[in-house]
Amino acid sequence: MLKQIEGSRAVAEAVALCRPEVICAYPISPQTHIVEGLGEMVKSGELQGCEFINVESEFAAMSVAIGSSAAGARSYTATASQGLLFMAEAVFNAAGLGLPIVMTVANRAIGAPINIWNDHSDSLSMRDCGWLQLFAETNQEALDLHIQAFRLAEELSLPVMVCMDGFILTHAVERVDMPTQAQVDTYLPPYEPRQVLDPNEPVSIGAMVGPEAFMEVRYLAHAKQLQALERIPQLAAEFGQQFGRDSGGLIRTYRCDDAETVVIAMGSVLGTIKDTVDALRQPENGGLKIGVLGIVSFRPFPHEAIAAALKRCKRFVVLEKSLAVGSGGIVATDVRMAVTGMGLQGHTVIAGLGGRAITVKSLAALFEKACAGQLELTTFLDLDWKAVNKQLEREKAVRRSGPIAENLLRDAGVVAARNY
Amino acid sequence: MSYQPIKFYQTGTFTVGNRLLAPEERSVQASAKRFNSINSGHRACQGCGEALGARYAIDAAMEATHGQLVCANATGCLEVFSTPYPETSWQVPWIHSLFGNTAAVATGIAAALKVKQKKAPHGQEIRVVAQGGDGGTTDIGFGCLSGMFERNDDVLYICYDNGGYMNTGIQRSSATPPAARTATTPAVGVEPGNVFGQGKFVPAIAMAHEIPYVATATVADLRDLEAKVRRAMEIRGARYLHILVPCPLGWGTASHDTIRMARLAKETGLFPVFSAEHGEQKSALAIRRQLPVEEYLKPQKRYAHLFAPTPRVEVLAQLQALADRNIKRYGLLDGGKQ
Ligand SMILES: Cc1ncc(C[n+]2csc(CCOP(=O)(O)OP(=O)(O)O)c2C)c(N)n1
Ligand code: SF4
Ligand SMILES: [Mg+2]
Repeated sequence: MLKQIEGSRAVAEAVALCRPEVICAYPISPQTHIVEGLGEMVKSGELQGCEFINVESEFAAMSVAIGSSAAGARSYTATASQGLLFMAEAVFNAAGLGLPIVMTVANRAIGAPINIWNDHSDSLSMRDCGWLQLFAETNQEALDLHIQAFRLAEELSLPVMVCMDGFILTHAVERVDMPTQAQVDTYLPPYEPRQVLDPNEPVSIGAMVGPEAFMEVRYLAHAKQLQALERIPQLAAEFGQQFGRDSGGLIRTYRCDDAETVVIAMGSVLGTIKDTVDALRQPENGGLKIGVLGIVSFRPFPHEAIAAALKRCKRFVVLEKSLAVGSGGIVATDVRMAVTGMGLQGHTVIAGLGGRAITVKSLAALFEKACAGQLELTTFLDLDWKAVNKQLEREKAVRRSGPIAENLLRDAGVVAARNY
Repeated sequence: MSYQPIKFYQTGTFTVGNRLLAPEERSVQASAKRFNSINSGHRACQGCGEALGARYAIDAAMEATHGQLVCANATGCLEVFSTPYPETSWQVPWIHSLFGNTAAVATGIAAALKVKQKKAPHGQEIRVVAQGGDGGTTDIGFGCLSGMFERNDDVLYICYDNGGYMNTGIQRSSATPPAARTATTPAVGVEPGNVFGQGKFVPAIAMAHEIPYVATATVADLRDLEAKVRRAMEIRGARYLHILVPCPLGWGTASHDTIRMARLAKETGLFPVFSAEHGEQKSALAIRRQLPVEEYLKPQKRYAHLFAPTPRVEVLAQLQALADRNIKRYGLLDGGKQ
């Protein structure tokens, strides 16, 4: 059914259609509307057979989900940013224990300085935690990915994060096609756990493992992610057949066939990038041979699919909303690894941190430079160098230069930041 | 089987021997058919009070639930010594997740079981016990514990209090008693050992949450401990049982003195044994023959600095004052301030 609703509401309704049995909720922007929606559905009786638990922290949210999942219940939670970091120990634990929890991450920057706006630092900081990470480009895809995520998680006994851009998607009111309960029931069978806490067949879960077996257990976690590389496209294809639309998969390419330059990104910014590429391909704008590659599955990372998609190009530009401080790009590192030996020119563009707008104008200038072979190895898109240099000068001049973020705000003269 | 009727002077105590009791009144541990929920062969130190306390408590909970029990366990000695995989001592479904999240994991299990029971009702309901050491309970797991209490989740949480982080080599926790020596409160300087005026008594904080049931116990009073587990399992909602479990390694006591140490902790008043319902104290296990705190402190190497080279009379007086305060506060000489 077509609906004009907020992204968060769409995700809440999709999660409800998946018949979750335990939901843990803790507020943090921009994720709150999702669990609020689910809480309302449970309380009103619209969503039956589900316990909705208001926990005291994100650490507890993930821990409750660990307990409920281990006891055989389909378990869901959502978080973002500081919340994801606060639950970090339990996030690793859920993956280590092989519990198929599904969690929405409404991607948001990490402080300090505290910032509620979108970038991908939060889920990428959990890059190696053992969870699968799927990135949605649109609200429709966010909705669809949740349905696929439960299926994928439970088949593999691995937890899955569905990442959607905070505010840009979570708070955008858009048209979505909401599937029916019968459709979802056909796609997603009831949860059959591989391991369960059952008094009739007592097992010990979470024992200490020493050097004699730890490597193998870790390798098996890796092997499962490699299995996911095969299952993700299959499940997306099956989804496409049943629901009649393309959602999910490992990667998606756009106008790559004859592209000499391919821009790689994740999430909602792909829309802006595609618009820019369409414009640059117009003869009056130079008719640039440029295409786009969207990564849906960040974990497992689709090395082969990316290499295959870049086979015909000359160069790629990874535009990412994350920064490996002291090194450069996070996604770019993985992409470079994927194209090892292919002789491509690679560029990293750090953009949109903390919600900095990524505009068509800036992208067009950037891509033109890239196509002309003039782009630096690493670019910080729309960075205010004047502000940066002023602070560097200040630190040279005085010892007690004061708090950095506050200095920059004072220099900028902006009174716009609010905390939630 | 023949038995003697209970003589008058023994009533009102739980120390009466099984021999004197009717079979149905005997302790769970006295039965050859006890569950052995935590089976023999684990790697605890000789005389470990925690191993003993866990066996008593979980067997009693198994008895009360007819074997329909799931356990969540915090990181700590109990977790480490019971599961040197491929061996496990647990005869119950058991999960260890982290050090500080056990109460929340138990909440999740209880929620899942509730949903499952509603969807497909089966005769005997499955109940949940969470357990951890004092560090895992009063310090790092305290947020999750308080959350579980406040939501009144259907979980019995058992804290095995040995007064320190034993698994990592005997460091101070917020349950380490004043003056006690640990690796992080060494017996040096002007105020050797753990400082006075710090720490927290979580049973009292649990009572402040007004949860349905809070109790303390020691491994010296088996029947009292079992009775409290039984009572706890009769009740729905959040329940808390805090068991004093002497640790021969950490306390510097002889392994054959574990029970004696637990008994002395209670008989001196340093560890009050009582129960409370909905925030109100309901009972106290009476001190039978009050003893000065020295009787309890002297056999423990963690207090050796109080006795030699020069006796620290003022410190001993401070500790005696703590015991006297407990006696008064919990009515330990008259069986509770009903
Ligand atoms: C987050 C975290 N911090 C620290 C540790 C290290 N650690 C493991 S067990 C333990 C001590 C446990 O003390 P307690 O809970 O009192 O149990 P005991 O061993 O005394 O029975 C510590 C500090 C850990 N495993 N996880
Ligand atoms: S250190 Fe103490 S608590 Fe740990 S096993 Fe030994 S006696 Fe038991
Ligand atoms: Mg301890």
